Amino acid sequence: MPRVHFSGQAARRFTGGATELEVEANTFRRMVLELDRRFPGLGRQIEESMAVAIDGEIFQDAYLAQLKPDSEIYLIPKIGGG
Amino acid sequence: MKNGSKVRMTYMPKELQKVVGTRPIRPDGVDKVTGKANFGADMVMPGMLWGKVKRSPHAHARIMSINTEKARALPGVKAVVTWEDFPPIPSEEAFVGEGPMNFRDLSRNCMARDKVLYDGHAVAAVAATSPAIAEEACELIKVDYHVLPHVIDVEEAMKSDAPLLHDDLFTQGVDPKPTHPSNVAKQIGFTKGDLEAGFREADVTIERRYSNAPVHQAYIEPHACVVSVAADGQTTIWSSSQGQFMVRAYSAKLLGIDISQIRAIPAEIGGGFGGKTLIYLEPLALAMSKKSGRPVKMVMSREEVFRATGPAAGAVIEVRLGAKRDGRITAAEAVLKYQAGAFPGSPVGPGCMCAFAMYDIPNAKVTGYDVVSNRPKVAAYRAPGAPNSSYGVESCLDELADQLGIDPLALREKNAAKDGVKALHGPTWQNIGYAATVEAAKNHPHMKEPLGPNQGRGIASGFWFNIGGESSAACHINEDGTAVVAVGTPDIGGSRASMAIMAAEILGIPVERVRPIVADTSSIGYSFLTGGSRVTFATGMATTQAAEKVVEELKKRAAMIWDISPDAVEWKDGKAWPAGANAGSFEPLPLAEIALKSGRTGGPITAEVSVNAQGAGPGFATHICDVEVDKETGYVKILRYTAVQDVGRAIHPSYVEGQIQGGVTQGIGWALNEEYIYDKDGRLENPGFLDYRVPVAPDVPMIDTVMVENANPRHPFGARGVGEVPIVPPMAAVANAINDAIGIRMRDLPMSPPRLRAAIDKNGG
Repeated sequence: MPRVHFSGQAARRFTGGATELEVEANTFRRMVLELDRRFPGLGRQIEESMAVAIDGEIFQDAYLAQLKPDSEIYLIPKIGGG
Repeated sequence: MKNGSKVRMTYMPKELQKVVGTRPIRPDGVDKVTGKANFGADMVMPGMLWGKVKRSPHAHARIMSINTEKARALPGVKAVVTWEDFPPIPSEEAFVGEGPMNFRDLSRNCMARDKVLYDGHAVAAVAATSPAIAEEACELIKVDYHVLPHVIDVEEAMKSDAPLLHDDLFTQGVDPKPTHPSNVAKQIGFTKGDLEAGFREADVTIERRYSNAPVHQAYIEPHACVVSVAADGQTTIWSSSQGQFMVRAYSAKLLGIDISQIRAIPAEIGGGFGGKTLIYLEPLALAMSKKSGRPVKMVMSREEVFRATGPAAGAVIEVRLGAKRDGRITAAEAVLKYQAGAFPGSPVGPGCMCAFAMYDIPNAKVTGYDVVSNRPKVAAYRAPGAPNSSYGVESCLDELADQLGIDPLALREKNAAKDGVKALHGPTWQNIGYAATVEAAKNHPHMKEPLGPNQGRGIASGFWFNIGGESSAACHINEDGTAVVAVGTPDIGGSRASMAIMAAEILGIPVERVRPIVADTSSIGYSFLTGGSRVTFATGMATTQAAEKVVEELKKRAAMIWDISPDAVEWKDGKAWPAGANAGSFEPLPLAEIALKSGRTGGPITAEVSVNAQGAGPGFATHICDVEVDKETGYVKILRYTAVQDVGRAIHPSYVEGQIQGGVTQGIGWALNEEYIYDKDGRLENPGFLDYRVPVAPDVPMIDTVMVENANPRHPFGARGVGEVPIVPPMAAVANAINDAIGIRMRDLPMSPPRLRAAIDKNGG
């Protein structure tokens, strides 16, 4: 099952401090929906202010990004630039 | 992954590329050097009014009343606006631009409501038949202020008894939720491993504090716009920005009108560097055009640019490093306190993530604070947040190398992050070129150049993520076989040339036969703004895919002309060819001949593609800087500078070199001279280029660039973003060089002559 890690503190206030957990999902969108079901409000937090690193690659706004059963997922602050 | 775009995990090998990697003359160059290019301030319309802004003289004050009666009565004045002309917007944070954006804050930054929060904050605006009348009317507006205590310094602002800017600002990211408001808008943090165990394992521990000043992006072109609202509400905005779609969306939001009502037309841009990812004038001009029924033009003065726009965040950076005697770093910690200006939103998040990104450190922790104070709201600046934290970390690393007796470059080599290493913020690095930049620096002839008295050499590295995102591009074939490429991202760093090159490569025609343009918001699909070094990568993907679609169509048209199957046609060197003997015997059909017959074969040949590009490869750099210090005056001369960077694949190498040289030069300015100077009342004392000193040509040598080409497999030609990371290492590289030259460690920027002179005096001359 894909494993989600919360690198920063922003998401942890929704998870009761949990820094990582397993999520049954095969796309990024399904993962967000599942996280929001378990921790109400976290979905919006992710959508509005977070990017995701899936197996090392950073995605922004990517609902259809695929997850593998052994995927390692990190939720990190969104990134802009100058 | 699929996300509205094709999956691409391979790139065209370098040996097959005929146009990519060449250095054609830039398509926008002649107009710019002959003065014909149309910048924001060049737009003129019949019946146009001139808008001017009345600004606060106070750093922090409550607005008791605003009386515009005399201004409105002045002949020639056609409109006056204050906060009452803008709809109230609830506080809601969204990530819509170059960072977290709260539209309530953006609205209040464009026009103060109940309080002014910095010297230069807009309190009213006037549109009149001439600039002089508008200025006179601004003088006639009477604002009654109740002046409040102010705070400029970041650490002063963090104190519990500091003057509060916002009564409803409670620190996010701390548990339990605070019960008292604070100037600390947010606390964030990242941890990895067991920090204290890592420090216990260390043979040497070093702890230092550094600071760098907020600096302006210092684009040469001030903010400028013309806005025309028609009687039916249809609105046109001409302005200089890093994103016409950003201008449209933000203006619509702040005025409470539909996006469809606004057409935003991008002007040529005279520099942005992140500072034009926000709006300041457009909503004011829009409100006044609506009121007056006439077009309104607004152009900031340089003083206004300094007092009311930008700057980049300044920061205090506390760093603790622990290492074994052999140089292996066992633990690292940083505390980052970032200036956000008057409203929350400093780039402390990226600052945290970039701080130790270059290194493989098993135990690490970074804590960041986003702090408001009575300064203008910060805006993005190349690699926002990264130069601040990297200055501290890369300086501290140099001090660690000194303490361990290890060469600074060898220390970086020993601890370099490589593929498979997990970064502090989580991702496992893939296909990164940091170690290659260190290796290239080590082997560069610069490292063997002898140094004289009072001369020194500094090394520093840097990282930036680079981003992709939403981009649209269209490729149209003209009747004569030439092509137009239209994109939705402003060209601030040569992207039109890059787009033309990539389209020409796919179409198989000379780059001079491709005309690249930046289209307005009604002429091309949505595109996120230009920033984050994303355009050559993301818009390049859209352009490439649009050109590929056109090629598929060209093959179909050739097949129709030859009356064979499209599968039996291949495209090479700008011509359709029969794909093998079985396809039949035909002379190759050049693009121009197919274009000429397009009416008979199905109509115009054109394609538009929109993507949300993912897979922007990260950027790493290592810089070498030589300086000479004049111990009598404190003047630092940059003798030689070499910037090594992983650029993926350089689409137009001259532009890549230019981006690197520009970033380095701006970093040198940040290191040596640039700072805002406030008086005791919080008023900015140096709002002009005479007193705010940016580097000019004689201040820097020819900056040598070394492009390490570690191709990004997610881009069709292997490109990575290149415009951000060059500004990350220079501050530490210069500081490390000064220390090497005279044995004095400068931990507070800028290292200007008076400060350096004082440090030399303190150290016995």
